[in-house]
Amino acid sequence: MEFLTDPIKVVYDWLLELFLGWGWADWVAVLVIYLLGIVLFISAVMVLDILLVWVERKVVARFQDRLGPNRVGPFGLFQPFPDIIKLILKEDIIPEGADRVVFNLAPILSLASVIFLWAVVPLASRIYGVDLNVALLYIVAAGAIGTLSIIMAGWASNNKYALLGAYRMVANMISYEIPMVVALLIPTVIVGSMSFVAITEAQSDYWFVLVSPLGALIFLIAAIAELGRSPFDLNEGESEIVSGYHIEYSGMKFGLFYAGELLHAFTFGGFVAALFFGGWHGPWAQEYPLLGAFYFVVKAMIGYWVIMWVKYTVPRIRIDHMLAFNWKFLTPLAFILLMVTALTHRVLLDAPTWLYISGMFLSNVLLAWITVEVLRAQARRKRESVPPVMVGD
Amino acid sequence: MENPWIYLGLFLVVGTIIPIAAIVMSAILAPRKPNPIKMSTYECGMETVGDSWVQFKAQYYVFALAFLIFDVETVFLFPWALSLNVMPLFVAVEGIIFILILLAGLYYIWQKGMLDWV
Repeated sequence: MEFLTDPIKVVYDWLLELFLGWGWADWVAVLVIYLLGIVLFISAVMVLDILLVWVERKVVARFQDRLGPNRVGPFGLFQPFPDIIKLILKEDIIPEGADRVVFNLAPILSLASVIFLWAVVPLASRIYGVDLNVALLYIVAAGAIGTLSIIMAGWASNNKYALLGAYRMVANMISYEIPMVVALLIPTVIVGSMSFVAITEAQSDYWFVLVSPLGALIFLIAAIAELGRSPFDLNEGESEIVSGYHIEYSGMKFGLFYAGELLHAFTFGGFVAALFFGGWHGPWAQEYPLLGAFYFVVKAMIGYWVIMWVKYTVPRIRIDHMLAFNWKFLTPLAFILLMVTALTHRVLLDAPTWLYISGMFLSNVLLAWITVEVLRAQARRKRESVPPVMVGD
Repeated sequence: MENPWIYLGLFLVVGTIIPIAAIVMSAILAPRKPNPIKMSTYECGMETVGDSWVQFKAQYYVFALAFLIFDVETVFLFPWALSLNVMPLFVAVEGIIFILILLAGLYYIWQKGMLDWV
């Protein structure tokens, strides 16, 4: 019975007893248990990644009114496995003049930076990697390694299109990091701690999306742009710049980039779920962590579904529109939202819960309404200043 | 867990080894038949023309500079955000004044045309 309420502790104690019984030193036993746990966790994440390839292909097919893979197993479920085998067996072409070390390192860092993020994600009340008290800062830092790997890939490819694509992609990603970090500050303000586990635990009474819906929206938009996915994928769109920074990659290295991108998207779906939509909370999730993990995966899948939905519905945005949208709209909006949230939160700190939730929600709605009014005034002003064209002048 | 950083360090090491293992597996199993046409870089099917390391457009530097300013600002804002629950109200107002000063900087570079893509 205790296994159901606290699985990791039970397994940890049993293994520790086993190893100490074999006569190992204390620190060796703990190290081996950590290693076993880490390998198991990362393997689970990679299996999830493989499943995500199937999910992505089926969903894109349905959005485009076709069936998707359905031959290789029931509903095409085993399709990713022949994909992986094909990618491993493909020849690995390194173009002449490419910088070998950096060329090989880029896809490794790209996937590794996403795997690093899973160390701090709380899957359930008692199932998580580590409870870092600076988890949000760690997430931003580990995500930046992914940005670094893109410029490494573009530079080392010895290909001007790869380099151009990499420049634009990195300009895009660093620009959207600002509203993303500011939107990450909003749950920090509400809870008073950067720890992911603490933020998820603080949502036991009400989800933070009720308190700050605009913050959730800004985080979602900035996360989609940070992922380099459509509609912000000018840099890897096939029709524009022929795959951008990963033109010259073939075989498993391309597979690592692709799988890394899908896993990154799912991870950000998980972040949206954990930061704003209650994470692992649900009926009976507090006593049974495995049920909490199931709720978390379901919510992360829903977040991933929304990200895919946006990807396959909206057309690509031009690079100058992308950057203008960030610097002239999202960044000021995110900072103003942070100011409003901080002030409202501090003023309503000791108020009863219903007053707190409604006060924060109303402040968000007010800010959204003001933003829409400002945009409407801008659009109206621009339209009036264009003089009518006279035909025959 | 007594020391979360040891766990995190091990996580980083194992997390780096797994993609390396995938690439090593590919290096062992995949064929290797180089020929000069395959090895040349891709330029939409034509022969490559000119240097492959194109000139760096100066606008990227401007965006990186703006990013740096606001990123350092957000790093300063993290301790402020953490302390809001335990500090009196004027600390929140002070942080708001800090953000307003930097938003004035954003407005300045906006009006100067530094955020346009030329």
